[in-house]
Amino acid sequence: MLSQLIFLYCALVIISTALLAVRFHNPVYSVLSVLVLFFHIAGLYLLLNAEFLAAIQIIVYAGGILILYLFVLFLVNLRQEIKSQRFVAHHRLSTVVSIILGLSLLAIIPYFKLGAKGNYPVARIEQLTHTKAIAMELYSTFILPFELAGLILLIAVVGGLVLARNDKEETADDVRDSTATATPEVQK
Amino acid sequence: MQILILLLQIAMVMAIVLLHVAYLTYFERKIIGHMQVRMGPMRVGWHGLLQPIADGIKSFFKEDIIPQQADKPLFLAAPIICLVTMLAALAVLPFAEGWVLADINIGLLFIFAMSSLASYGIILAGWASNSKYTFLGGMRSMAQVISYEIPMGLSLVGVMMLSGSLNLSEIVAAQGTSIFSIYLFPQIIGFFVFFIAMLAETNRVPFDLPEAETELVSGYITEYSGMRYAMFFMAEYIGMMILASIGTVCFLGGWNGPFVIPFFPPFWFILKVYGFLFVFIWIRATLPRYRYDQLMAIGWKLLIPLALLNIFLTGLFKALVH
Repeated sequence: MLSQLIFLYCALVIISTALLAVRFHNPVYSVLSVLVLFFHIAGLYLLLNAEFLAAIQIIVYAGGILILYLFVLFLVNLRQEIKSQRFVAHHRLSTVVSIILGLSLLAIIPYFKLGAKGNYPVARIEQLTHTKAIAMELYSTFILPFELAGLILLIAVVGGLVLARNDKEETADDVRDSTATATPEVQK
Repeated sequence: MQILILLLQIAMVMAIVLLHVAYLTYFERKIIGHMQVRMGPMRVGWHGLLQPIADGIKSFFKEDIIPQQADKPLFLAAPIICLVTMLAALAVLPFAEGWVLADINIGLLFIFAMSSLASYGIILAGWASNSKYTFLGGMRSMAQVISYEIPMGLSLVGVMMLSGSLNLSEIVAAQGTSIFSIYLFPQIIGFFVFFIAMLAETNRVPFDLPEAETELVSGYITEYSGMRYAMFFMAEYIGMMILASIGTVCFLGGWNGPFVIPFFPPFWFILKVYGFLFVFIWIRATLPRYRYDQLMAIGWKLLIPLALLNIFLTGLFKALVH
């Protein structure tokens, strides 16, 4: 009963903050509502006994990526965005398209079926602790996709370094700044 | 009834920690004073002992000024975000065996999560004040915290590998009671990285660039006054204590000491935390400030490779032993 109530609360907050993130005129407020959203997603993970995922959700998404978004936002002049009424030209048309998209998403929901049960029921995860369970799966069953993902991220890091690198030494400060801000997202 | 007891415990921990914050500022002024051959605060009470209380009352009754061009809701929320996240991190600290508010399996990650959220308070304070000094201070702090969170996390991976747990109580238990089995010795590289990252994460000298007074007035807190200013102050000092406790738990064997103190099990834990805090203050009295590009170079070119090397060596050691 209590867990259902918490789920309902989290779901409501997730939906409303997601809407707010799109509605706010000030992008900084949008980022903050996404922050609240991430928190409640972490809450949902906690309900599912996935405490490791919940912590990583906050550390990586809220603590890393979202802060980098803020960093970018601060470098943009926000005054014009706050004043402008609409961001898109064909407002009516986009409303119609988005309503159709939303309705079709709702229509799909009844066809949603639960998948087959995995090897990790709640009781086993509780006994094993979630961190250990996820590590064992990641480093045994899914080792190849995991290493591939690591390789892709490494390529992104190297690419970022190449883009940020400047052959002339005169703008050494710029290079330092961009490596400091661009790589953490990829590394985490 | 259980909830009542828990609330009482939370209130006790908060009261004790806030009292520590107050007297940490006193000792900081006193120690730095004596290191610079001054007396430090002497006027309020015997040797200035009541000074923190006078400071607290003063900042409580001061006017709370909000700049006209500031983004009001965020300006008001920023110090609260800072303080609340820091206080929340206290919940998982084990002061002694069984003396912990929330004994969760991801204790270490929880502290990382909370300390990364605290940087939101600083960034928003810098942006919402709508002033050049605060903005630059906020930006600096943001880049600094993001850069140093990585070596900090990586330096503790070695501890996690040795103890096989993220639970802070279990990390202490895994180090055993002997002074020679603490993780400081096998994890000396990790401890070095952790210690420098700790200074940078708490924005302390020699890495206090976000509030470098010679260039930025006082950085992101320039526009704050009264109690909100005090909140930032408290958050910073609680952050110091939390990181000192993490260092104690992960590298110095937590509450275990040479012999057991009856009736007061957290004695050794507190003593070690005090040791860390003294070193914090000592460094502040001794070292000059780094330049910003030097700060970034240390973080990315020295600490992160060292921390990775430490993880590799620890893994190699574990593989060879088993």
